[in-house]
Amino acid sequence: MIEVNKDNFETEVLNYTEKPVFVDFWGDKCTRCLELMPDVHKLEEKYGDKIKFCSLNTSANRRLAIAQKVLGLPTMIMYVNGERAEVLTPDKINSIEDVENMIKKFYE
Amino acid sequence: MKGSEKMSHVYDIVIIGGGPAGLSAGLYGSRSKLDVLVIEKEKFGGQAATTAELENYPGSIENCTGPALTERMKKQAEEFGTTFVKDEIVDVDFTGDIKIVKGRKEEYHARTVIIATGAEYRMAGFKNERELRGRGVSYCATCDADFFEGLDVAVIGGGDSAITEALHLTKYAESVTIIHRRDTLRAAKSLQEKAFNHPKIKFIWDTVVEEAKGDEILESLVLRNVKTGEVSELAVNGVFVFVGLDPKSEIFRGKVEMDEKGYIITDRSMRTNVEGVFAAGDVTQKTLRQVITAAADGAVAAIAAEEYINEKFGK
Repeated sequence: MIEVNKDNFETEVLNYTEKPVFVDFWGDKCTRCLELMPDVHKLEEKYGDKIKFCSLNTSANRRLAIAQKVLGLPTMIMYVNGERAEVLTPDKINSIEDVENMIKKFYE
Repeated sequence: MKGSEKMSHVYDIVIIGGGPAGLSAGLYGSRSKLDVLVIEKEKFGGQAATTAELENYPGSIENCTGPALTERMKKQAEEFGTTFVKDEIVDVDFTGDIKIVKGRKEEYHARTVIIATGAEYRMAGFKNERELRGRGVSYCATCDADFFEGLDVAVIGGGDSAITEALHLTKYAESVTIIHRRDTLRAAKSLQEKAFNHPKIKFIWDTVVEEAKGDEILESLVLRNVKTGEVSELAVNGVFVFVGLDPKSEIFRGKVEMDEKGYIITDRSMRTNVEGVFAAGDVTQKTLRQVITAAADGAVAAIAAEEYINEKFGK
């Protein structure tokens, strides 16, 4: 997992075109996010060859998160060629399977 | 039914739901040396685990956050031998002496079942509420509050939950506007006092939210005064909705008796109309839905289940 922030977000996510980029938006106080994180790491082992995995701590990068239209946690976004291709908002994430299903759509 | 080998394990009690009712039932059941399984689909602790401060739970003076209290409840049940599993229940068959509970991952068999699925926050019903959920519209201040540091938020509702969460939000937000459809609050007097005296909290009375506006994320709320009909707009980054609860009882419809709102009807021993099936906590028909009443229900249900098992199965 690459930890992205306001300094490297553009390079690592928006200007990156080699592979789809998955970004896990989390926060220090978001227990759901912290619970899901080990499983997200496992997904990286499984799908990391064709998808780039990043995480963004919104507690330290709030403006950046809001600029990416993130206003709830956890939110998971898949970027393709710097564009937001699919967004999973917190209400759509009941379990890690929901996250895996989104990732699979971009794994080819 | 497939997989007869799975029939080999029959639990004494299968508890559906891992909130305070389910955890308390687990504790009491296991303490009676019964073989108890608690099934939770999302997060142990239930709604209580998303509550910031549980200052009305007896004994919870220090470290009384929802997550801390429910974590202790789970640990306590675990120490007495309760088994926990994460699975989502999709169907049940309560017709036989051995009850069948079907999960996405596995099928569970039990002599008794305690339904403790709880309730969830009701939607307020304004336009774009669903579309902007998780994009500024929230039902959990504990989960999302820190996101709104330095921003302006609104809270809809006038009960204990609304005021408690509004007070919690003041730790982060620049301003908290409570929008209530009446001109008085239903919340406990002590909470009201704190809210009225808080410099960051403002009130908009006799008002409902008609619509949430924003390009992908919430930017403002359209408000309507129910007395004057006057329409106005309030710029906020977040809105937290606390307007009541709905029971999570859909999969039990037609299987156990419930009222017109979907709350399961029980007697004082938490027995449903089906032999061997009990219900506890927020999912039941009751006058007060609190952590303490849920925990009490769970204890009563577990002991009633034990009595039933002794009589029925001579265990």
